[in-house]
Amino acid sequence: MPLLPSLRSPEIAERVDRLEIPFSRHGLDAYGLDKAELTRFFTILRPLYRRYFSMRTYGLEHVPDRGRAMLIGNHSGGVALDGALIWGATFYEKEPPRLAQGMAEKFLAAAPFSAQWTAKTGQLTGLPEHARRLLNDDRLLMVFPEGARGTAKLYPERHSLVRFGTGFMRLALSTGSPIVPVAFIGGGEAIPTIHNSRTLGRLLGAPYVPFTPWIVALPRPTACQIYYGPAMHFDGDGNEADEVILEYVDQVKTRIAAMIELGVDRRNRGALDEPFEFPGAEGGAS
Amino acid sequence: MKILVTGVAGRLGRVLARRLLADGHSVLGIDRRPWPDPPRGLQMFPVDIRKRPAEDVFRKHHPEAVVHMATVTHFQRSGEERYRINLNGTRAVFDHAAKYGVGHVLFVGRHTYYGAAADSPLYHTEADPPMAVATFPDLADLVAADLYAGAALWRHPELCTTVLRFVYTLGPSRRGTLASFLRGPAVPSVFGFDPLFQFMHDEDVVDAIAISLQQRVRGVYNVTGPAPVPLSLLIKTTGRKEVGLPELLLGRVLGRFGLPKLPVGAVNHLKFPVVIDGSHFRDTTGFEHRFDEDQTMESFRWA
Repeated sequence: MPLLPSLRSPEIAERVDRLEIPFSRHGLDAYGLDKAELTRFFTILRPLYRRYFSMRTYGLEHVPDRGRAMLIGNHSGGVALDGALIWGATFYEKEPPRLAQGMAEKFLAAAPFSAQWTAKTGQLTGLPEHARRLLNDDRLLMVFPEGARGTAKLYPERHSLVRFGTGFMRLALSTGSPIVPVAFIGGGEAIPTIHNSRTLGRLLGAPYVPFTPWIVALPRPTACQIYYGPAMHFDGDGNEADEVILEYVDQVKTRIAAMIELGVDRRNRGALDEPFEFPGAEGGAS
Repeated sequence: MKILVTGVAGRLGRVLARRLLADGHSVLGIDRRPWPDPPRGLQMFPVDIRKRPAEDVFRKHHPEAVVHMATVTHFQRSGEERYRINLNGTRAVFDHAAKYGVGHVLFVGRHTYYGAAADSPLYHTEADPPMAVATFPDLADLVAADLYAGAALWRHPELCTTVLRFVYTLGPSRRGTLASFLRGPAVPSVFGFDPLFQFMHDEDVVDAIAISLQQRVRGVYNVTGPAPVPLSLLIKTTGRKEVGLPELLLGRVLGRFGLPKLPVGAVNHLKFPVVIDGSHFRDTTGFEHRFDEDQTMESFRWA
């Protein structure tokens, strides 16, 4: 393995070719997703994914091979590191590979370079219109209902969940998309936030700027795990009253909390290879 | 059918007039600008749409349909004059059409109506609000003209009113907003941004107008051609050189060094995409574009 990873691994390019996304002859999809940029990004991310974070994934079979679905996950660790690694997991480890498409914070679309990069790697600006279109195009959507509230968790809060938005549930119901609950373990350890500066964030146009004991929010090498739970299906058309939606959202949140608890326990006991059963595997809440 | 085209001497007007004549229609044209060698069969009236002689064209010749494309952009006129042409001209067309029994008025609008901003969605539908008034104040009169035309749907229910919001047009005529921007050998872009650009071939625009006249479709529609492409690819495929400049510097150099001059707000169009959903129009009329993105860019490049 060379010291510096090549920027275009043929193996990654081959996986990008196998994505079931309609690309034009310019290697672009209708939203500006760019095959060349994807290949570059996944080539760069791979050593981080494999070595730096020693990623382990469980339950990838719960992510549908094709067709619309929503990955609903917890956020932790200052910046959306968990997003990038969940994104990597379905791409590197799933057969056939799938591209999880996230909903990027609006400030990313307003800033130079990040605007270009998010658009070309399929991370569209977080708008309900975008989410609906991607699902109707049978894409795999990745949503963190905690939003920036989630990445802003401080180190002691890293395994907790803050308030979930409800938009994802109405979207899942109106587009008939299954929900795959996702628990990400290790984000809070990789980037232990001790303080968030909202003032500095305002100056930079971001919601906040996180600080770690080593000042910048660069992750330290940490073993991380991702658990993909059995898909959850809910009845409705998305026009239900808020009480109904909140109750459904709570079921998802409870499921993710149970998966985080399971994951943290297995990690702390050093039992990452032990067999286990997913919460909700025996039929589940719905 | 007897069809009146306002702004007929413009780039698209000429292509449209030739097409309508070829389709066997009888075509009248209004334009203050000269068209030295108009095609045989075109009845040309060198009058201002806002003035009395224009009304006489309606009164005497009784067109059955009017295609209103006599609107101008910042590339052609500035300030007060542009407002008058776009707003008073549009009003005159609808007033005369209602008074002299024209059955169908078709307004040719623009997709820049939706504006370009970091938080604007890709694939605007017709119901999306005209954010251009905030993101690009220089387009306010065109937005107003578009809304004014749309309001004829209730103001003149006896008229069949069609508002078509077209993406940028590109083609061998090498004129129009996007063509003006791509005119020189060096084309500016904002460093760190590469927005999607959506355009269609001049001939496809004319096809869409012809099909709307033929089917008398009523309402407001987005009209699109091929899939959008990033600005960098557009510049490369049209044989230009991209000059990426930081936003702060860009404002100072536009209009110099062979770079096009752009008004305030236009820079947003170099940072953020304006991409619209044309499926409603396609589903309603069966319209299909003939020129894909490469053919369209090449036709502009090699004209």
